[in-house]
Amino acid sequence: MAYEGDELLESVTNKEYEFGFTTNIETDKAPNGLNEDIIRLISAKKEEPEWLLQWRLEAFHAWQKMTEPEWAHVKYTKPDFQAISYYAAPKNRQKYNSLDEIDPELRRTMEKLGISMEEQKRLSGVAVDFVMDSVSVATSFKEKLAELGIIFCSMSEAVKEHPELIKKYLGTVIPRSDNFYAALNSAVFTDGSFCYIPKGVRCPMELSTYFRINESGTGQFERTLVVADEGSYVSYLEGCTAPQRDENQLHAAVVELIAHKDAEIKYSTVQNWYPGDKDGKGGVFNFVTKRGLCEGNNSKISWTQVETGSAITWKYPSCVLKGDNSVGEFYSVAVTNNAQQADTGTKMIHIGKNTSSTIISKGISAGSSNNSYRGLVQINKSADNARNFSQCDSLLMTDHCGAHTFPYIEVKNKSAKVEHEATTSKIGEDQIFYCLQRGLSEEKAISLIVNGYAKEVLNKLPMEFAIEAQKLLAISLEGSVG
Amino acid sequence: MEATTVISNKDKFIALNESKSSVLKNSWANEIEAAIAAFTTFELPTTRHEEWKYTRTTRLANENWKWSESLENSGLSNTIIEDLNAARIVFINGNLSLADSSFNNAIGCTISVNENIAASDIAQINVAPATNVFEAFQRTNTSAAISIRVEKNTAAETPLHIVHLITDNESISTPAIFIHLGTGATLEVTESFHGNENTKGLTIRGLYAHVGTNARLEYNKIQAEKDEQFHISLDNVRVENDGYSNFNTLTIDGGWVRNDLRIDLNGQNIEAHLSGFYLPRNKQLVDNHTKVDHMYPHCMSNELYKGILFDQSTGVFNGKVYVRKDAQKTNAYQTNSNILASDDATMNTKPELEIYADDVKCSHGTTTGQLDEQAMFYLRARGMSPDSARKLLTTAFINDVLNKVENKIVRQHVIDALVQKGLLYI
Amino acid sequence: MLEIKNLHARVEEKEILRGLNFEVKPGEVHAIMGPNGSGKSTLASVLAGKEEYEITGGEVSFKGKDLLAMSAEERAREGLFLAFQYPVEIPGVSNINFLKAALSEVREHRGLPQLTAKEFLALVNEKSKLVELDGQLTNRSVNEGFSGGEKKRNEVFQMAMLDPTLAILDETDSGLDIDALRIVANGVNAMRSPERSFVVITHYQRLLDFIVPDYVHVLYKGRIVKSGTKELALELEERGYDWIKEEVEAANA
Repeated sequence: MAYEGDELLESVTNKEYEFGFTTNIETDKAPNGLNEDIIRLISAKKEEPEWLLQWRLEAFHAWQKMTEPEWAHVKYTKPDFQAISYYAAPKNRQKYNSLDEIDPELRRTMEKLGISMEEQKRLSGVAVDFVMDSVSVATSFKEKLAELGIIFCSMSEAVKEHPELIKKYLGTVIPRSDNFYAALNSAVFTDGSFCYIPKGVRCPMELSTYFRINESGTGQFERTLVVADEGSYVSYLEGCTAPQRDENQLHAAVVELIAHKDAEIKYSTVQNWYPGDKDGKGGVFNFVTKRGLCEGNNSKISWTQVETGSAITWKYPSCVLKGDNSVGEFYSVAVTNNAQQADTGTKMIHIGKNTSSTIISKGISAGSSNNSYRGLVQINKSADNARNFSQCDSLLMTDHCGAHTFPYIEVKNKSAKVEHEATTSKIGEDQIFYCLQRGLSEEKAISLIVNGYAKEVLNKLPMEFAIEAQKLLAISLEGSVG
Repeated sequence: MEATTVISNKDKFIALNESKSSVLKNSWANEIEAAIAAFTTFELPTTRHEEWKYTRTTRLANENWKWSESLENSGLSNTIIEDLNAARIVFINGNLSLADSSFNNAIGCTISVNENIAASDIAQINVAPATNVFEAFQRTNTSAAISIRVEKNTAAETPLHIVHLITDNESISTPAIFIHLGTGATLEVTESFHGNENTKGLTIRGLYAHVGTNARLEYNKIQAEKDEQFHISLDNVRVENDGYSNFNTLTIDGGWVRNDLRIDLNGQNIEAHLSGFYLPRNKQLVDNHTKVDHMYPHCMSNELYKGILFDQSTGVFNGKVYVRKDAQKTNAYQTNSNILASDDATMNTKPELEIYADDVKCSHGTTTGQLDEQAMFYLRARGMSPDSARKLLTTAFINDVLNKVENKIVRQHVIDALVQKGLLYI
Repeated sequence: MLEIKNLHARVEEKEILRGLNFEVKPGEVHAIMGPNGSGKSTLASVLAGKEEYEITGGEVSFKGKDLLAMSAEERAREGLFLAFQYPVEIPGVSNINFLKAALSEVREHRGLPQLTAKEFLALVNEKSKLVELDGQLTNRSVNEGFSGGEKKRNEVFQMAMLDPTLAILDETDSGLDIDALRIVANGVNAMRSPERSFVVITHYQRLLDFIVPDYVHVLYKGRIVKSGTKELALELEERGYDWIKEEVEAANA
């Protein structure tokens, strides 16, 4: 359906614009607003080929015809898309061979965020592609990966160095007109990561990207594409932190995963963007489209996420299980506190035979927040012997927060077996008292209980991420029992 | 997302709207005025409307419905529930048929009809404003109405049986039922819907029930219409402190069935049960939308819906449990289980929990699968034909819903009807 | 060690403790018995600092400090341990992590150095043997899926780890078979010392064959109505509580 719409739009919009337009604007930050000129500016700044500019413009025209979705269980003032700057580059932009060459000011910020790159490199063997305000400033471990034929670089670099792969895969899992924010991203994305694992290669380290929102009023439109070729394996980590801001910041990322025959992709996220103050003022709007395609037989895609930040979260990492025997997994912990609102979940689209999916969602609501699980399990007619198990639990910390569950289950094949369970309960006072009686403080008690509740999900994270995530849960829920 | 939408055929309903006036134009004037206004603002729902995501109104809107005054009663004898000895109220093509009704002997309740219904009786029920075009339409054009009142501390001894029958092709029926139970009152109602073969019909029936403090309502709705018939039930039940409501929606047959059941728990210590089964065949569609609204503490709701989908049929279940901020110590349970008995059947399920209180125990579970193959094999190994084995397992599957029907005679009547349709094996 | 004077406590509108007096000196073991509903478990909960009980009168001093002014965790850190009648399950939290966190807080409060991982494990090893607790249980979630006996042994194991000065055992014997009872009692006896006191709340005299008390008290209607030595427990076992009730009613009349 979406594909058809995309094709239609392409035929309508094609060749409507003059080719070869270039701009000489030298600013590092684009003026506010969104129009064709801005898109041409972004594309020119990034020295992109013509086809990509056209690709962006078509997405932009699709976006113009779309309206912002309203079905999610969140309330907010819609962003003014003309008040956002769609491109910002750090000053003194240059290529680095080592971390030492990086601007000390940036380094200090990174350290404040708790990202000590050397240490990470040394201790955990993580290759880090650091994205500072839309432009890559450092990439490490590249050489080692290159030996295995693994490509791990910024999206801008990939466009230049591996255009055939980008052309082949970009927008194939999430078509440009898929939804309002995906269309916006397709039009204006500035950078992101690209990863390609060749046939039969097992990536020996966790690949990791840190995102950060820095420049005031700058929208973030990251684009990530991970392709695992036949029989390959990759574990990809994404972590986000943001400094305090007074105005709402929009983040509309797109992440596409493609797993070919016998390949496996594990994608983990710890998200801790600024949630706004007690009243939710100034927090990040996180409207993300993430989708994985299990293209080949016996492929597997696994999403794990720990969401503690953002004022508004609107995010449904999904799996399209096209290959026979393919497997989709979604493990999620979503914490909301104060005035945060989260509407998150997953979609499992079963197409191939003997496909199976697992959904484990743990919501924790505190303060006066609202936390919703929204998920779709769709068993198509062709999906013989499909299996799904979903478990959605909600934990309530106060008497003025909300926890909601909206599962959609659509079954069109009789051999399917679909099970869904959900519970909502309050954090147990007797559990807290038991901990207090053993000498633990209330904060510590809650942290223990909550981490225990979320354990099934935390266990799915790589070790160093799991520890960070546990700390995050504790920090996010400080002083939240009432 | 579906790009195509239903072309608005509201025009036909606008024309129908203009050619009819409600039998309650004096006793429900305020609400009718509000409904007329609401009717102009609401569109005919399309699949883009979250509440109608899986149910298309195209076919329904494309028919040429007419208001009928026919009281032709062929087939009425099939609607009798033997041994129930009920007081019967009969609607034919949306009109009250006094000749076929017999309710003067009903003990313990007061029944009034059409223009004779007092405005104060309706006012006491406190009907919530219309929220969609069908509700507004039904209220604007109520084709016939009855009011059932059971006064304080009175048990209505005679069971009531409300019968709807369609005999006139392309007729539209928009009857309303008002129920008021005073403090400590009890009432048992069975309502059944029927239609003759090859007779198109559209029923949009409004039920407005008020279960007073410590009162008990048992309501069994039996749907046994034909493939050509469309049905929209607008069931509204409001329960007060210590009240009890047991509402069963038993869908045996019907071409296109939509049930909108809303139960408001408007007090403390209320117990509400809502259950149903649906067994659509051919190209039938059965859509159950329920909403249980927990407003105050210490209430319990228990929801159980089960369905078996045959042939190219479609089932929809959307159950919403809403727990408000003040509704502490709520216990809310919801179960929806489905069996797809055909390669071409579809089931869409959406159980929702929307919870704003913290000290609650809520759960929902839903399963969709096929009949247990191992059990099938076991039964066949004991000499049963596949058909008998299937029916036996089907019976076992919906048995717990059947057991929710407290009146054994009504329960047996439903079982007999299912056996007669070849759906159950006893 | 522990001195309770004229303690009154109620839950919601119901008064449960009505002027309770009770003193425990270092090294002593006191058994508290009494019929159902006499206030035994309430006493344990009140001493541990459970908030749903409202103290309406009286004083409690623990090691010379005002116990009632302390929060539940402060009491624990000061050395008051409650072995729960119904140990709570905490899914997903491993027993060992739980203990590590608790011990670290307790030691910090007591001005003791933190244990290294190695020392901690050695201690776990030593103390778990005390109650014959399977090493597997220490790695499972706190009390989750434990049998009744395992839960009770786990309570005594935690007690041994946290090294309290006053341990309150709330019906630790109920639901145990004779072997489990012996194990639990041996664990407790191994911990008896001149500095440590025990308050053993029980229904059954049987436990007191294994944990021999210095004093036995009868709690009835929120007060201690009779005190004696372990012979009193035997008498109660034989004669039941009716004669005590009659004595009390007679005295009140």
